[in-house]
Amino acid sequence: MVAREQFSADLEAIQKSIISFAYEVDTALKQAIDALYERDSDLAYKVIENDELLNERDQEINEATIQLIAMQQPVATDLRRLVAFLRVSSDLERMGDHAKNIAKSVNRLNVLSPYDIPQAIRDMQEVVSKMIHSAVQAFEEEDITKAKKLADLDNVVDSMYGELFRDMLDERKAQSGKHQQTMQLVFVGRFVERVGDHITNIGESILYLVKGTAVDLNK
Amino acid sequence: MNYTADKPTETRTEDELAASITRASKKEVVLDVKDLSIFYGNNEAVKRANMGIEKNAVTALIGPSGCGKSTFIRSINRMNDLIPSSRAEGEIIYDGINILRNDINVVALRSEIGMVFQKPNPFPKSIYNNITHALKYNGQKNKKVLDEIVEESLRKAALWDEVKDRLHQSALSLSGGQQQRLCIARTLAMEPQILLLDEPASALDPVSNSKIEELILQLKEDYSIVIVTHNMSQASRVSDKTAFFLNGDVVEYDDTKKIFTNPSETKTEEYISGRFG
Repeated sequence: MVAREQFSADLEAIQKSIISFAYEVDTALKQAIDALYERDSDLAYKVIENDELLNERDQEINEATIQLIAMQQPVATDLRRLVAFLRVSSDLERMGDHAKNIAKSVNRLNVLSPYDIPQAIRDMQEVVSKMIHSAVQAFEEEDITKAKKLADLDNVVDSMYGELFRDMLDERKAQSGKHQQTMQLVFVGRFVERVGDHITNIGESILYLVKGTAVDLNK
Repeated sequence: MNYTADKPTETRTEDELAASITRASKKEVVLDVKDLSIFYGNNEAVKRANMGIEKNAVTALIGPSGCGKSTFIRSINRMNDLIPSSRAEGEIIYDGINILRNDINVVALRSEIGMVFQKPNPFPKSIYNNITHALKYNGQKNKKVLDEIVEESLRKAALWDEVKDRLHQSALSLSGGQQQRLCIARTLAMEPQILLLDEPASALDPVSNSKIEELILQLKEDYSIVIVTHNMSQASRVSDKTAFFLNGDVVEYDDTKKIFTNPSETKTEEYISGRFG
């Protein structure tokens, strides 16, 4: 039995970088939302700046994965695993972009008069953070049951966003003369909601890795 | 995560099995192998193999050394008859006839089902005579006809342009890759229906290798091809169907794209991923 030990070690190394990439994205999102509630422009700038590092992380993972494909000519599960690595990394990179977008909205809000930020945005971010942690577990253990469950949490995020959206547009609840703030907060909610979709994509990539078939969890 | 082997073995559902059978049976079958067992003395080298080999397709036989794939391919044109202790059971139906029957004219069979071997083995004769040798032996004396067959066979084997000005030079002056294409041309001259290729490119350099692969893809328009190869990338590049052999068993036989992206059997996965063999 030849175990292809070097190849396995290389695969594991990429898998580990993807996991730490996911945690970095989670932190970026949390910081962006913290900056929102605390009106902390310094923290928002830090999130914007750090996005470069997240992009670099994605690049590194891409390069390492493509190199393994070229050098090791993987087939079957090995090949699907490497394709899943590329997809997951690309979803994480997009999630990082949304954290940056939130941070930009924070900066726009911070030059306007203060606005009571609805609790719903924090709640959404917390569900999304939970999704990231489950996605990491599903990815690490190649657990398709956990991967499928991500879609349920995404539905929760979607309906939270729907409610936020309706509340923000509800004239009785809207804070008068603060349309710009309302708009920015709807954007922020939308960015968090999009993050949920990307995590669901990660669930799909895990299903593809394990089963070899394409499944749409974003329905 | 364990990357070494342990994809959970899932039992195929009846639907999946049916889908696999449908995939395997949508094209016309040129060779129908039924319960084929081949013995060397008491050793069963191929164990009750079943396989419908498709017309105008390339079927790759893969598996570790000693798995039975060469024995299998050699049985298709009765090359195993040359080994005294060998014995075959079951059937290989070609053109409605079981070619394992004792009353089969194996010389005629081998002109219908030609074979090319791992090591190029041209006769120590001119390029021209390599191709005409068997034809002359079979009574074809017409120079014009012979000339035509030589050109046509060499063209089909993608060798004509390289040798047309030196047809009467020794075949041994050709490079290894050219010699192998000459052997293919020599086989084509007999107008076979099926080409058996036993590791035809394993002794060749990468350029000659890719020429042989290109050639295989062209030839399948006119012939049905069965190829034994140890080169997994080659199998995935040239073949339509792949059969994985292990210890004399056909472990899995399916569309090549299925075998190389999502095989049904754990053993197949382990082998094509280079995890044993």
